[in-house]
Amino acid sequence: MTQGPMSIDDLKRMAGTIRCDIIEMTCTAAAGHPGGSLSATDIVTALYFRVMRIDPANPQWPDRDRFILSKGHACPAWYSALAERGYFDKKHLSTLRKLGSMLQGHPDMHKCPGIDMSVGSLGQGISAGLGMALAGKLKKQDYHVWVVVGDGECQEGSVWEAAMAAPKWKLDNFTVIVDRNHLQNDFCVEDVMPVEPLADKWRAFGWHVDAINGHNMEQIVAALEAASKRKGVPTAIVAETIKGKGVSFMENAADWHGKAPCASEADQALCEIRRCICEI
Amino acid sequence: MKSSYRYILPEVQALLSSRDLFLKAKGEPTRLTYGEALLELGGKNPDVVSLDADVSKPMKTFLFAAKFPERSFNFGIAEQNMMAAAAGMATTGLIPFANTYAVFASMRALDQVRNSIHYPHLNVKIAASHSGITPGPDGVTHQAQEDLSIMRALAGSTVIAPADPTSTKMAVFAAAEYKGPVYLSFTRDPVPVLYDERFPFKIGKAVLVREGSDAAIIANRDMVVQALIAAELLSKKGIEARVIDCHTVKPLDESMVLRAARDTGAIVTAENNIIFGGLGSAVAELLVEKYPAPMKRVGVGNTFAESGPYLEVIDKFGLTARHIVKAVAGVLKRKPPRSAKSPVEPKANARAELRKSKTQAHAGRKH
Repeated sequence: MTQGPMSIDDLKRMAGTIRCDIIEMTCTAAAGHPGGSLSATDIVTALYFRVMRIDPANPQWPDRDRFILSKGHACPAWYSALAERGYFDKKHLSTLRKLGSMLQGHPDMHKCPGIDMSVGSLGQGISAGLGMALAGKLKKQDYHVWVVVGDGECQEGSVWEAAMAAPKWKLDNFTVIVDRNHLQNDFCVEDVMPVEPLADKWRAFGWHVDAINGHNMEQIVAALEAASKRKGVPTAIVAETIKGKGVSFMENAADWHGKAPCASEADQALCEIRRCICEI
Repeated sequence: MKSSYRYILPEVQALLSSRDLFLKAKGEPTRLTYGEALLELGGKNPDVVSLDADVSKPMKTFLFAAKFPERSFNFGIAEQNMMAAAAGMATTGLIPFANTYAVFASMRALDQVRNSIHYPHLNVKIAASHSGITPGPDGVTHQAQEDLSIMRALAGSTVIAPADPTSTKMAVFAAAEYKGPVYLSFTRDPVPVLYDERFPFKIGKAVLVREGSDAAIIANRDMVVQALIAAELLSKKGIEARVIDCHTVKPLDESMVLRAARDTGAIVTAENNIIFGGLGSAVAELLVEKYPAPMKRVGVGNTFAESGPYLEVIDKFGLTARHIVKAVAGVLKRKPPRSAKSPVEPKANARAELRKSKTQAHAGRKH
C-alpha cells in the first residue's frame, strides 16, 4: 500500500479513525490503556501518515525512519496506525492482548510488523531510540528516529540520562515528543511528582525545544517537519495534550489511564468521535 | 602425575604445588585482557562498537576508543541509558559491546538488560568487570557476588565466566560470533595465565583440564586455578580429582557434568559467586533430575564480603583451594562404595553404573 503525504484534513480524519480503533480494541480486549492512547493519537497519526519515511511493504527497510512509543502502554494507538497504514490486516486489531496475538499488551518487535523496538518498561524506549540515532550517524544513513515519551515517564531517571547524551553527539536525526497529558496512573503528574518546568529542562540539557498543542494537526506537522530538517541538535517537542482526548467522559480523567470501556461506554465514545470526524 | 593436565601451561603445572603461584606465574586481570581483545576484534569486525560508562581505563577499552573513535561511545556514569542504547544499536546490525562493572551491568541496569536486550534477544554483548568478589579491596558495593545468578535467571541468556587471559580472549571472539545477548564476566584482580593456545573454547562446552576419577571439581572464572591447586593438594593424599573449567554457566554443558558424576560419583562446584543460583545451583539442578550424586557447593555463603586484598578476601569467605579440598573430603565420605576391585568403571558401563547408582540411592533412602 503506497500512500503520499496526507493533507491536514485527511490527517484529522485518520486520527478520528484511529481513535475509533482504540475504543474498539480496548473494549474488545476488556483491558488496555485508552487515555494515553487517545492523547498521543494526533502525534502518531502525523508521523505515520505525513512525516515519516517508511515503506509498510518493507518494514525492515534499513533506511526507514524509526518510531518508538516509549510509553508502550499506549500501543493501541501505535497498532491502529500500523494497521491503517497497511503493515498488517486490520482484523488483527480485535486480538489485542489475547493469547497468541501479535498485538501484545506492550509491543513486541518480533511479533508485530512495523514495531521497531519492544517497549513497555518506561524510560527505555528513548534510550533505544538514541542508540538507533547513533547507529544512523555511524553508518551514514539519513533516517530519523522519532520517540514519544509520556510526561509521567519523564519521572524515570533514565529519561534524563538519554536527554543528557543526545546533545553530546549532536543527534539532529533524533526527535523526542513529550505527550504532556498531565495525568499518570495514580493521579495528576504535578501531584505525584512535578516535572515542570518541562520545556526548560530539555532546553537546559541542550535540546532545541518546541512547545505545541498536541491536538492541533497544523502545529504538530509544522513542528515535526521542522525537526526533521534541523541540524546540529536533537529536538524535543513538548506537546500539550488531553488524556482521553475525543471522548467526553475520558478526557482529563486519570481513571481512564488503564481501564477499558464497556460496550455501552464504547458506543457513546464512538458516537462522539464519529461526530467530530464529520465536522472536519 | 603431571600428564593428567590438559591445556595447562607446563610452568603453571610446576607452580601449582607452590605457595608462590600467584607471585611467579604470568597473569593479569581478565578485564585488561578483555580491552586488548576488543581492540583486536575491532580491527577484524567493522560492526563491533564499544560502549563505555566511565570505566574505559579499568577495562582498557580506551584502546578501542583511541583506534576507532567513530565506533566508540562513552555514556558516562549512566549504565541504564547505555544498555538500552546498545539494544537500539543492535537493531541496526551493529554488534555493541557494553562495558561496565558487573554490579551495574547485572543490577543497576537489569531492567534494561532484561526488557530491552534479552526480551527481544538483541545482539548485545555485556562485558562485566569486577565480577564476583574479585574486586577485593573495593568492598561490598563493587563486589558483584550475585551477577552470574541474576544473569542466569534471564530467559535466553548466555553467561560466560572465563578462567584466565587465554580463554578470556577466546570468549570475546566467540561472543562476537554468537547471535544474541552474551554476558561476559571478568576479574578485577590478576589471575594466572593457565592455558596454552590449544584450549578449545566453545560457548556451552566445558573443558576437562585435569584428569581424575575419585571426585570432580567443576569450577569457573577465578576458581579454576583454586580447583587446580586443590587437586594437587588432594593428589598428595592419594585422591585424584578431575577438574572441569565450566566457563559457560548457561547453557550448562550437561553431558560433561553428567559424565563427571557417572565417572567419579562425587561432585564439588567452585564459584566466586553466591551459592544461590549460579554454577553450583545449575549443576545441582541437573544432577538432582538426571543423576543424583553426592555434591557440595563451594561459593559465597549467605553473607556479604568485605574489603581486603583479593586472595585474603576470597580465603576468608571460603573460596580458596583449602576450602575445596575440605569440600571434596566431605563429599567423598558420602560417596557410595564402589566394587572394591574396580574403583573406576569403564565408560561403556555407564548405563549399568547408572542402574547401580539408582539401586544404591534407593537403598540409601531406607536408612
